[in-house]
Amino acid sequence: MLYRENGQFKTSYRADQQIFPIAQDRALIALLLAFAALGVPLLADAYLFTAILIPFLILSLAAIGLNILVGYCGQISLGTGAFMGVGAYAAYNLFVRIDGLPTGVAILGGGVCATLIGVVFGIPSLRIKGLYLAVATLAAQFFLDWAFLRVGWISNNSTSGSVSVAGLSFLGIPVATPQAKYWLCLGFVVVFGFAAKNLVRSHIGREWMAIRDMDVAAAVIGIRPVYAKLSAFAVSSFIVGVAGALWGFVHLGSWEPLAFGVDRSFQLLFMVIIGGLGSIMGSFFGAAFIVVLPIVLNQLLPWLGALVGLNIDTAIVAHAEYMIFGALIVFFLIVEPHGLARLWAIAKEKLRLWPFPH
Amino acid sequence: MGFFLETLIGGLMTGMLYSLVALGFVLIFKASGVFNFAQGAMVLFAALAMARFAEWIPALLGSDSKWLGNALAFVAAMALMVAVAWLIERLVLSKLVNQEGITLLMATLGIAYFLDGIGQTLFGSEIYKIDVGLPKDPLFLFESVFQGGVLVGKEDLYAAAIAAALVTGLSLFFQYTATGRALRAVADDHQAAQSIGIPLSRIWVIVWSIAGFVALVAGVIWGSKLGVQFSLSLVALKALPVVILGGLTSVPGAILGGLVIGVGEKLSEVYLGPMLGGGIEIWFGYVLVLFVLLVRPQGLFGEKIIDRV
Repeated sequence: MLYRENGQFKTSYRADQQIFPIAQDRALIALLLAFAALGVPLLADAYLFTAILIPFLILSLAAIGLNILVGYCGQISLGTGAFMGVGAYAAYNLFVRIDGLPTGVAILGGGVCATLIGVVFGIPSLRIKGLYLAVATLAAQFFLDWAFLRVGWISNNSTSGSVSVAGLSFLGIPVATPQAKYWLCLGFVVVFGFAAKNLVRSHIGREWMAIRDMDVAAAVIGIRPVYAKLSAFAVSSFIVGVAGALWGFVHLGSWEPLAFGVDRSFQLLFMVIIGGLGSIMGSFFGAAFIVVLPIVLNQLLPWLGALVGLNIDTAIVAHAEYMIFGALIVFFLIVEPHGLARLWAIAKEKLRLWPFPH
Repeated sequence: MGFFLETLIGGLMTGMLYSLVALGFVLIFKASGVFNFAQGAMVLFAALAMARFAEWIPALLGSDSKWLGNALAFVAAMALMVAVAWLIERLVLSKLVNQEGITLLMATLGIAYFLDGIGQTLFGSEIYKIDVGLPKDPLFLFESVFQGGVLVGKEDLYAAAIAAALVTGLSLFFQYTATGRALRAVADDHQAAQSIGIPLSRIWVIVWSIAGFVALVAGVIWGSKLGVQFSLSLVALKALPVVILGGLTSVPGAILGGLVIGVGEKLSEVYLGPMLGGGIEIWFGYVLVLFVLLVRPQGLFGEKIIDRV
C-alpha cells in the first residue's frame, strides 16, 4: 500500500538512475529533511540538541565515512577515532594559526589533512588483509594518539594536548546557540550523505565493492587494487576527518586526545556493524542506536530499580550499561547479522504488498 | 652494559607475560577461526574471580591456611571460566556458525563488554590484591661480572617459569592426547573434522575453557604484579601486536612474538624514548608489527595466506 510502485514508469535513463527511484521514497526523504531542518529546531530543547541530536548527526557522518571503508571496500579499520582526531587537530591548527580563516574552511581543511594521513596508513592495506589489517590500523590509532599528546606543535604546546576553540561562525553567521550548531551539522551531514550515496553508486563505488567481494578476482577483471583501496581510504578519511573536526569544534568546543581514543574507534565500528555494512542508511540507524542506547539505559535502570524497590547506585548502573550494551550487540548480531538496514529493507518489501500479500 | 642487560631481562620477562595473554588469542583462533577480542576481558574476569574467591572461601570455611584458600579459589575460578566458556559456545558461537569473520569479531567485542560489566557487578570494581606467595624481593645476578650486578625481580622469574611451563604443557597436550589431536584436526578443517565424528561444539567448549585457563593464569600473575583492576583488560591491547607478529596460527610464534615485543618495547623506551619525547611504549609494538607485516603479511610464523579465485 505505502510502497506500491504501480504506474511509476521510467521513460529515460536519468529517471531510472536517480537516487530514490520510488516516488514514495522521494516524498518521505523530502518530508524528513524538511522536518529535520525546520520542525526539529522548533520542538527540541537545548538538552536534546547537545546530548542527542548533535552527537547523532556528527557520529552518523563518521559512520558513513567508516562504512565506505569497511562496508563498501572491505578494509577493516580500527583507527577511525584517530582519523577523527587528525581532522579535529588539523582544523584547530588551521583555525588558530591562520588569522581570519572561516570556520567552514578550517573544518574542510581538517578533512584534507585526515585524507593525507589516511592514505599513508592505508598503504599497508595493499599487502595486508583482514584481521592483520585491523591490527595494523590500530598502529595508526596508538601512534596518532601519542602524537596528539606528545608532539608540542600539534596542540600549540598546551599541556596534556587539550585545546579549545571559540568564536565560530559560518558564512558570517555566528555558530553559538544549540540551534545554529545543529543546523551546521545537519548541513554537513546532508551534503556528505548525498555525496557518499552518489559515490557508492558510481563506477568508483562499484570498484570498491568488487575489491570487497574478492580482490584477486577484481584485479583480474581490470580493477586496479592500489587505486581502489587508496581511494576508499582517502574518501573515508576525508569524511571521518570532517566529522572529527565538527566533533571538536561544534560538539565539544574544547577537547583532549582522549576524545579520539581507541574506544571511539570501536564505537564507530559498532555503529557500522549494527546499522548494516555497505549501507549509507544503515550508518544513520547504527549511530542513532549507539547514541541513544546508553542514555536510555541510564534513565531506565534507576527507574526500574525503584519500581522493584532496589536502590541502584551509579556504579552499578555503569556496569549494567556495559552488560546490556554487550548483550544487545551479541543479540543483534545473532538475530540480524546484516544490521538494521536489512530490517528496513525487509519492512519496505513487506509494505509494498501490505495489506494484500498476494 | 649492566644496565643494558637489566633492561633486556626486564623486557624478556614482560614479553613472557604478553605471550601468556597472546596464547589465549592463538588457541581460540586456531581452533575456531574466531579472533577473540574478549581475551582481555576474560583475563580481568578470571583475575577478579580469583581475587574475590580467595577472600570469600577462607571466610566461609573459617580456615586460615592461605595455601588452601588460594588453591580452592583457583579451582573455583577455573570452574567459573569453564561455565563461561560453555555459555559462550551455547549462547553465542553456536548461533553464529558460518558468519563472516568480522561478525564473529564484533560478537567477541560484545562478549568483552558483557564480561567487563558482569565481572565488576558481581565482584566489585575496586582494586583487589592477589597474593599467591610469589616472592617480591629482587635478586642480583652476575655480581662478579659487573659492578652492582643485574637486578632481576624474583617475581618476574617465577612468572616466566610458570609461563614456560604452561606453554610446554599445552604443546604436549596438543601433540600427544586424543583431545589435542581432535583440536588440531578442527583447526585444520572444520568440515573434515566433523565428518570423521569430532563434535565441533564440544571442541569449542574445550578450547574456550583452555583459553579461560590461560586467562586465569595470566590474570593471577598480572594481578599479583599490578593489582586486579579494570585496566587489566587493556593487557589484551598489548597482546594484539604480539599475536600478529608471531602469526595468528602459531603457538611458538606467540611466545617469540611476546619476547621480541617485550624486549623491543623496553629497549626503545630507554634508548629511543628520550629523543622522541617519551611514552613510545604504547605504539612501539604496533609500528614494529606494521613493518614486519609489510615484509611478511602473515606474521613471522603464520600459515601462508593463499588467495584462490
